[in-house]
Amino acid sequence: MVDINGLHKSFGNKVVLDGISLNVEEAENMIVFGRSGTGKSVLLKCVIRLLEPDAGSVKIQSKDVLSLNPKELNSLRKEIGFLFQGAALYDSMSVRENLEFPLMRNFNLDKKEIDERIHFVLEAVSLLEAVDKMPAELSGGMKKRIGLARSIITKPKLMFYDEPTTGLDPITAKEISVLILELQKALKMTSIVVTHDLLCAKIIADRAIVIDEGKIVKEGSISDLVNSNEPLLKNFFSDEIIENNGSMI
Amino acid sequence: MLGGLTTFSVRFFKEVFIPPYEIDQIRKHMIELGMKTLPIVGVTGFIIGLVIALQLSPVLKRFGAEAFLPGSVGISIVRELGPVICALIFAGRVSSGIGAELGSMRVTEQIDAMEVSGVNPFRYLVVTRIFATTFILPILTVYVIFISLIGAYIAVVLVQNMTWAYFIDRVVFAVEFGDAIPGVSKTFVFGFIVGLVGCYKGFTAENGTEGVGQASTSSVVVSSLLILIFDMVLVKLSLWIWPVAK
Repeated sequence: MVDINGLHKSFGNKVVLDGISLNVEEAENMIVFGRSGTGKSVLLKCVIRLLEPDAGSVKIQSKDVLSLNPKELNSLRKEIGFLFQGAALYDSMSVRENLEFPLMRNFNLDKKEIDERIHFVLEAVSLLEAVDKMPAELSGGMKKRIGLARSIITKPKLMFYDEPTTGLDPITAKEISVLILELQKALKMTSIVVTHDLLCAKIIADRAIVIDEGKIVKEGSISDLVNSNEPLLKNFFSDEIIENNGSMI
Repeated sequence: MLGGLTTFSVRFFKEVFIPPYEIDQIRKHMIELGMKTLPIVGVTGFIIGLVIALQLSPVLKRFGAEAFLPGSVGISIVRELGPVICALIFAGRVSSGIGAELGSMRVTEQIDAMEVSGVNPFRYLVVTRIFATTFILPILTVYVIFISLIGAYIAVVLVQNMTWAYFIDRVVFAVEFGDAIPGVSKTFVFGFIVGLVGCYKGFTAENGTEGVGQASTSSVVVSSLLILIFDMVLVKLSLWIWPVAK
């Protein structure tokens, strides 16, 4: 479904992605772990060409993303959903207008079909009552849910989640993670999830990678990563702080 | 920055002819921006008209030319003061607003969200706003000119005994086609500048909330400066196309 090969991206002298290669199968949930500033979000943005990579190749459904013209790229993006870290709801539009926005511009649907889809996604995220609210009236968790609803309203085949549970309390974070898994199963989507949240990863993941200094340093199941003895992974997943030589602080 | 503005305006002219045309958005922005600016340009226009007439009256009296007061006030308002004052206030009110709004959308990833949903954010956010500012400013300018003439008439009444009908008759007599057309026409360019600079600064904002603030303030500074520079060029051009009758 997604085939990334030798992806490089730098900002000035700072190398953010240093030859990332990754393959995500259809209907698979891939988790991307890594410390802050290691290029996880940049990876997602390069895959969907919100940022232009310096080198490498990205294929989605066998289409070479980096060689698509703007029209072809737009057409591909219609099949992709993206949940941003801050939900990125259009704050001048109501929840209904936010949800209608991609449908009215990209799909030839009548009013009844649009209303049905809005009802379906709002029911899925348990926020039917928020349909006429403005984003400023919503809590952080509600914004994330509406952001998720907007991402899936086009019934995408591929979903990108950029830190879907960051800034949420543990209960809401767990609810969002379960919701992501349920929606993924219901809509048979392929997902790439960037997160720091181990619980979220445990709920969602089929497979996971860890990025450090622009490279993939570990790939495997969540239990492989959690049980690894490598200092970086131990630091990441355990309560203890381990030095590079393996000794515990 | 000038290179960026040029590239941005070239992109505007490329995208403006490509459907969908987002007529509803253009109409919405025209109404919003027009209504937002209407009171402030009205008050300013009234005061400018009144002050100019009060200032000119004793000067013209010194040369025994009081009868030319309505005509001189009319020409200065129609040719220069109305369009430029209106454009500068419009820049202060609208360009900063556009810069802040788009800047905020940029740093909160709303523009990215629009892009990944398969909607062209440049066409939806930028083209519609530039189109709206380009066409609403001339309408506001005509309104400002009218309000300024009312202000000027009130000043004239304070210093001379003159009816409204006579005042307007003198203004219409003095102001020619070659005064009105260039005066109002150049506001299309000023409106374009206001929209272009505000959209450019906002659309390319970075560095979080600090970047939003910078986008907002620099939009006003750059658009005001460009308005004055282009005014200089357009005045020369209009005098070449419509020379003042001797």
